[in-house]
Amino acid sequence: MTSVITVPQSLDDRTFEQVVEQLAAVPADAKVLVDARHTRWSSPYGLTALLTLGQSRAEKAGFAVPEAEETASYWARAGFFRHAEELFELSGSVPKAKSGESSVLLEVTSVANSDDVHTVVGRIQQKAQKMLATELHIESRATVGFAMTLSEICQNIVEHAGRGGWVAVQAYTYRQRPPHRRLIVIAVCDAGLGFRQSLESLPGRVRDERWDDAAALEEAVIRGGSRFRDPGRGQGLAGVRKYIGRWDGKLTVRSGTARIAIVPSWDEDVPLEEKLAPFPGAQVQVIIPERVSGSPR
Amino acid sequence: MNHIDVSTVLRQTLSCELYSNLVTRPTGAAVRTQIEALVADTLDHSLTVIDFSHVGMIDFSCADEVVAKLLLQYVAEDPDAREAYFLFRGVTDDHWDAIETVLERHSLALVLETDDGAHVMGQVNDGERMAWEKVYELGRAVPADIAIALGAGTSEAERVLEILHRRRLVMRLDDGYVAVGGLGETDA
Repeated sequence: MTSVITVPQSLDDRTFEQVVEQLAAVPADAKVLVDARHTRWSSPYGLTALLTLGQSRAEKAGFAVPEAEETASYWARAGFFRHAEELFELSGSVPKAKSGESSVLLEVTSVANSDDVHTVVGRIQQKAQKMLATELHIESRATVGFAMTLSEICQNIVEHAGRGGWVAVQAYTYRQRPPHRRLIVIAVCDAGLGFRQSLESLPGRVRDERWDDAAALEEAVIRGGSRFRDPGRGQGLAGVRKYIGRWDGKLTVRSGTARIAIVPSWDEDVPLEEKLAPFPGAQVQVIIPERVSGSPR
Repeated sequence: MNHIDVSTVLRQTLSCELYSNLVTRPTGAAVRTQIEALVADTLDHSLTVIDFSHVGMIDFSCADEVVAKLLLQYVAEDPDAREAYFLFRGVTDDHWDAIETVLERHSLALVLETDDGAHVMGQVNDGERMAWEKVYELGRAVPADIAIALGAGTSEAERVLEILHRRRLVMRLDDGYVAVGGLGETDA
């Protein structure tokens, strides 16, 4: 029997939880159909997380393509279907990708090794510089930090996931709360080991009764912990936190059953969520907002 | 004085002309290994310019491998260890964020050459900084010179100079000390 997983109309890091909750009720080896027919919009997080869903299934899942032509066309331009067709049995009308979408800074790109990170960083620099300056009114030196942030998050996949993942970068307008600021969003998702299992591989690590996905996220994201004994490890996420702090940005990391967030003043997210429905790997999102008068720097 | 253009080493390491960014830990480790091999070919007492002028950007992981681990190789607990000194050149603000972070993490310091001279950067205390700047200003200094600058006794000046020497921020030449970056290229 095939279980149908309904994708919300608007798919982002928050609404993806509805997808995960539906999945939690389905055995890992069961056939699923991911029904995105009525989905009208997705953030880069939504697109990359859907791919990890496909990656995590033992049996190739079905995927019903959005019926709205505009949505399907955008997903095609964002590079989603190019990867999805390898992971899902697609049904519905899959449009051909056309170029010319200016808000896609980096289309959905697979990341599995160090060369992929070089490629991603190389591709993003020029376009990010223009976008940061013209749309977000952030000075050009922020571009380097942006590329560094992208590099470090992608490296998490290479170093810790144990399998490949995907990255996507896009600009859009935040409409949940005024003022409606322009944002650049980086999403990096994988269905690999996840933070807890990665940290547990450090020999001699003591696990007490408080050790769980939330504790692992706090260890890695807040305290810079790493599965390596090398004292130089763990600086990547610390550097990302420093960068988002400087540019009033937001960082969220979901892994296993927990989600941690570094929340700026313009957002109302919660710092830590526990006991979420389980989902493999790690899903990271960085948001850099348009700079408005009085923003920290 | 030896000169290593990091971007050249990067391109040789990756066998790719397209990459000018120092990103990822494996890339950093490969670049450092190459730099170490070049340094190993020099004399036991050597000064090498590590030139970042043509490097686009460096991320934290790569800075840890290329800068921190390189320095850690030669920062000596044993005063008779191989004396390899490094002068960093062409480091921009864009590079500095990552480099400063890893220096802080490992309690390291380095000498940076800029348009207005050489500067000691990273984790040094006030006494070490003052002593280094005095040695740099004088060109060559003995403990008595530094004692005056620090307002301390000669033994304290000797101790601070020895710390700077072990951290490979000053070179010991005969009975005096010379700051890294304090010699002209032809003198080194």
